[in-house]
Amino acid sequence: MIKQISVFLENKSGRLIRVAQALGENEINIRGLSIADTSDFGILRMIVDQPDKAINVLKEGGIMATVTEVIAMEVPDTPGGLAKVLTYMEEAGINIEYLYSFIEKPTTNAIIMMRVERINDALEVLKKNNVPIVGGDRIYSF
Amino acid sequence: MQNDFFNTDEFSARQKSGLQQAINHAFNNSPFYHRVFEQAGLEPADIKSPADLSRVPYTTKNDLREAYPYGMAAVPLDKILRIHASSGTTGKPIVAGYTKGDLETWSIGVARICEMAGVSEKDIAQISFGYGLFTGGFGLHYGLERLGATVVPFSSGNTERQLALMQDFKTNVLVSTPSFAIYMAETARELGYNPREFGLRVGLFGGEPCSDALRKDIEAQWGLKATVNYGLTEVVGPGISGECLETAGMHILEDLYYPEVIDPDTGELLPDGEKGELVLTPMFKEGFPVLRYRTGDITRLIPEPCPCGRTTRRMDYITGRSDDMIIIKGVNIFPSQVEEVLAGFKEVSPHYRLVLKKEKGFIKDLEIQIELTEEGFTDSYKELEALDGRIRQRLRSTLSLAPKVKLMEPKSLERTTGKAKRIVEDK
Repeated sequence: MIKQISVFLENKSGRLIRVAQALGENEINIRGLSIADTSDFGILRMIVDQPDKAINVLKEGGIMATVTEVIAMEVPDTPGGLAKVLTYMEEAGINIEYLYSFIEKPTTNAIIMMRVERINDALEVLKKNNVPIVGGDRIYSF
Repeated sequence: MQNDFFNTDEFSARQKSGLQQAINHAFNNSPFYHRVFEQAGLEPADIKSPADLSRVPYTTKNDLREAYPYGMAAVPLDKILRIHASSGTTGKPIVAGYTKGDLETWSIGVARICEMAGVSEKDIAQISFGYGLFTGGFGLHYGLERLGATVVPFSSGNTERQLALMQDFKTNVLVSTPSFAIYMAETARELGYNPREFGLRVGLFGGEPCSDALRKDIEAQWGLKATVNYGLTEVVGPGISGECLETAGMHILEDLYYPEVIDPDTGELLPDGEKGELVLTPMFKEGFPVLRYRTGDITRLIPEPCPCGRTTRRMDYITGRSDDMIIIKGVNIFPSQVEEVLAGFKEVSPHYRLVLKKEKGFIKDLEIQIELTEEGFTDSYKELEALDGRIRQRLRSTLSLAPKVKLMEPKSLERTTGKAKRIVEDK
């Protein structure tokens, strides 16, 4: 499982910059991210190369952050590739909270980050269906 | 001191003569009150008992403002030893001058309040109220000295140093505003300390309204017994009422300050137990006397006797100043109601702000800005939105109005070392 950093962002100018700067100044590389927002606040979700260090840096900077476990998996970079994986989840009755793609050097597969409600069950389902799970060694330090 | 355990007859006689003294002094020596009596067609002799007091017109904040600076004086200025003034957030400040006798009465009153809260000459008390024109710092200072406690006159601000000295000096009594007490605990934790290990035993909180929920929160954070006290510059300063260790309302020093509760709209006197505006008559004030001063503070007199055995009546916590009252779409709202609701959620901090969205001079909408705590933040929208919904629902049922709730980052709302600024306007 992959440690994802989630940050609470008020909808106010300069909030995102503050986070990115804090990480940059501490030599932490952002490997993937997704932002979801409502009119009032947003949640920034990031995959970084040093998640433990990142959480400390952010907290020291007074930025509200938490670690969430997500699954990183490889899906074929072809039409219908994602649909197949989603079907496995659907059949197993596992709710997906969100997912986003991960930036990686081009290969034949795409990497998708996925947050689900029952993470261990989800891993079982993926393994059974031969969906490649990507480990932290590759995600944090490609 | 046995001042707060009175024999009923003796007490009535004392109160009666106290009121007469106040009326005579005001009529004879205050040009302002002489005029008030004349305009009302009243003579001091008309006021024979507390029941007759209702014939005396009320004095309002505006009267005192118009008398700026020395219009309320009833003694020559060379008899005035000290001047205090209210902060004057709206308009001119209100000035109070104290004679030697006034300072004496005041410090004895504050000493009694401190004693009720369980403070004694064995204690070391840090005063984190501002020292200056504001009556909080000096009022508690001389009261605690009178009681014989050791006083650390820190004044407000400089939180980290406050905390350091508190530990070094083995301070066990804290005097501050409730909001500063919360802020100090927050700062202590940030510095890596556990506030409960500071050894504070008793807290005396005043200077701004405090709800029971906030009082309990301070107790939990500091591991102390938190008591609330009440006072205002226009009448004397702190030391008008304060809690005993039952912490179930504030005992009024009724032998010094005569309390009444009125309907703020009609001015009619309300019976004990009913909520309304507190009106106070200090009975022994020499310098700048006031009669039937409309405090603007909303409370009720508690009719039941206190289990502690003191015979003085208690007043309930101030649920708002009548000037703090916000009217939105015909609904009256006090910030304290919001505070009570928020105290029920561990996911948010006790810091909040009411933003009044105005349009053409009217308040169109109310937004309540609330800080999330570490505990409250989750990666899940669903949960944050559910939290927002739960808070909104509780606010709606308490306020009879549906405000907008805005979740904020921790520590994004301004902190203060004095009175918290809870209401802002957004045009």
